[in-house]
Amino acid sequence: MADSGTRTLISQAQLQRGRGKYIYWTLLTVVVLGFTLVFLGPLYWMVTGALKSGQEIAQTPPTLWPHDPQLQNYADAWNNLDLAKLMFNTFYYAAGAVFFQLVFDTAAAYALSKLRPVLGNVILGLMLATLMIPAMVLIVPQYVTAIDLPFMHVNLLDSPWAIWLPLVANAFNIFLLKRFFDSIPEDLIAAAQVDGASPLRTLWSIILPMSRPILGVVSIFAVTAVWKDFLWPKLVMPSPETRTLSVGIYAFSGGTPQNVVIAASVIAAVPTVIIFLLFQRNIMSGLTTGSLKG
Amino acid sequence: MATMTAPATRRPEPPREVKTRRSKTGRKVRDNLTGHAFLIGAVLCFALFMWFPMVRGIVMSFQRTRRGETTWVGWDNYTRIVADPSFWIAWKNTFIFTILALVLGYLLPFFVAILLNEFRHAKGYLRILVYLPVMLPPASALFLFKYYAYDPSEAGLFNAILKALHLPTSEWMQSPTMTIPAMVIASTWMNMGSAVLIYLASLQNIPGELYEAAELDGAGVWRRIWNVTIPQTRLILTLLAMLQIVATMQLFIEPLILANGAGTQDSATSVAYLIYQHGFFQNDLNGAAALSVIMLIVLAAFSAVYVRLTTKQD
Repeated sequence: MADSGTRTLISQAQLQRGRGKYIYWTLLTVVVLGFTLVFLGPLYWMVTGALKSGQEIAQTPPTLWPHDPQLQNYADAWNNLDLAKLMFNTFYYAAGAVFFQLVFDTAAAYALSKLRPVLGNVILGLMLATLMIPAMVLIVPQYVTAIDLPFMHVNLLDSPWAIWLPLVANAFNIFLLKRFFDSIPEDLIAAAQVDGASPLRTLWSIILPMSRPILGVVSIFAVTAVWKDFLWPKLVMPSPETRTLSVGIYAFSGGTPQNVVIAASVIAAVPTVIIFLLFQRNIMSGLTTGSLKG
Repeated sequence: MATMTAPATRRPEPPREVKTRRSKTGRKVRDNLTGHAFLIGAVLCFALFMWFPMVRGIVMSFQRTRRGETTWVGWDNYTRIVADPSFWIAWKNTFIFTILALVLGYLLPFFVAILLNEFRHAKGYLRILVYLPVMLPPASALFLFKYYAYDPSEAGLFNAILKALHLPTSEWMQSPTMTIPAMVIASTWMNMGSAVLIYLASLQNIPGELYEAAELDGAGVWRRIWNVTIPQTRLILTLLAMLQIVATMQLFIEPLILANGAGTQDSATSVAYLIYQHGFFQNDLNGAAALSVIMLIVLAAFSAVYVRLTTKQD
C-alpha cells in the first residue's frame, strides 16, 4: 500500500497548491459519487427492489424508495426456494473445500518446496501446466470422469466429493503455497531435524504457524470459489436436495416471480459480501501476491 | 498487506548437510518416501480431474458412445459439430463479445487504477467499491441485470435513466443487436475489480523518481502515462490482456442467465454454451468433447501467437 509520501504520476506539491488542489478535490468528489452510484447503486436497487410489490416494480418511472416496503418477497424466497437447505449445502461444500485444499495442497506444496522428492519438479511442472488449460475445455471429460471414476467405478453425482476433490487440483494454490514455503529459511527446518522432528512434525509446528497469512488467503479463495461457482455444481449436483445456492435459484427462476428471485439473489450474496468486508485486506493482498511484480 | 509479501524466494542452494543418526542414503530414501506420501493426495486429484480428463477429452472426441457401447468414429464428431449452423454463429458471437469486452473491460480498469492511485483520500473506500461486485455470486448479479437493469419496458433501471436523459431507450436482451453489448456491460461490472487491484499493485511498484525525472524534462500528465506508466507496467498489461481474452472466450453464464441460453435469434449463443448444449441437452457428450478440443486449439493458438508477438519486441 502506497504511503502518502510515495511519488506517483502527479506530485504531492502540485495537488496541494492552487488549481491543482481545486481539480483534485473536484475529481475526487466526482469519482467517489460516481463509483458509489455505479457499484453500490445496483446493489441498493436490488435490495430495495425486492422490497417492492410486483405492481410497484412494473411502474414507470421506477420508484427510488419502495412506497410500501414489505419483507414478503424475502420470506417467500426463503420458504419457497428452501434457501436454508441451499445455504447449508453451499456452506458444507465450502467448508469441505477449505479443509481438503488446506490438507492436500499444503502437504503437496511442502513436499515440493522442502522435501523435494525425486521427480518433484516434473510433478510441479505438470501441475502448473494445468493453469494453461481453459476450464470450459475440461468440463465434459471431467463430468464423464465424475460419473464413473476410473478403476473405482464410483459415481460421484450428488456427492460432496464431486466438488471437493476437483478443487484440490488447484495449481494456483500449490504455486502460492510453494512460493511462500520457499521463503522460509532452510536453517529452521534443519534445526528441527537435528532435534529429531519428523517431516510431519516440522510442517505442523514450524511451517504452518509461520504461514498463517497465506493459509488464510487460500481458505478465503476456496470459500468464494465454491460460493461463486455455477456450471460445475449445476452438473454434478442434479437433485434438488444437493444443489448450491446459485444453482438452486437458477433452477427456480423460471416459475418464480421476479422479485422473489431477486430477493433470493440478495440472500445468496449476503455471506460473500460479509466475508469480503471482514477479510478485504487478506483478499486484496492475496489477489495481488499472485500476480507478478512489474 | 505487508504480511503477505513473501521474502525473496531464493534460497541457499546446497542441500541440508545435517548430521543425522542415519546414513545419508537411508535418509534420502526416507525423505523421498515421505515426500511422495505428502504429494499423493494432490497428485491423485490432479490425475483424476485434470490430467486424465485432458487425455480423455481428446480420446472421446474421436469416439461415439451409444447405449453403453463405445466405438471409434474418426472425425465424425468434428464434421457433425462444424456442420451445426450454430457453430459459426457461436464463434462469431464469442469473438464479438471478446473484442468488446477487451475494449471496455481491459482499458477501463487500467485508467481507473491510474486514477485511484493518484488519490490521497477515500482510497480504501473506492477500492472496496470496485471489488465488491467480484464477490457477488455471478448468478445473483446477473439476475439483477436481467430483471431490473435490462427490463425492456420503461420500468427498467437503464431505460429509466436513458429516458430521464432524453435518450432513446433500448429493448436490451430482446434486441439481437443489444444482446452482446448488454452482456459486456454486465460482465465488466462483475469482473473489473480484480484487474483494477492488480494494476494498482503494479502501479505502486513504479519508482517515483521516474515521474520526477519525466516532469523535470517537461512531460505532461499524458506523456508521463505514455512514457513512464505504460512501459513500467507492460509485463502485467500484456499478461492480463491474455488472461482476459482466454477468460472471456469461455463466456457461458452471461448468455445462460441473461439470454436464457441462445438469446433472441441466436444472438447470445457462445461456444461454451454450445458445448453445454451439446453435452448435456442433446446427449452428445462426444460432440461436446470435439467442440472442446476445437476451443482448446483456438485458445492455444491464440496464446502462442500472442506470446510470440509480445515477447519479440524486447
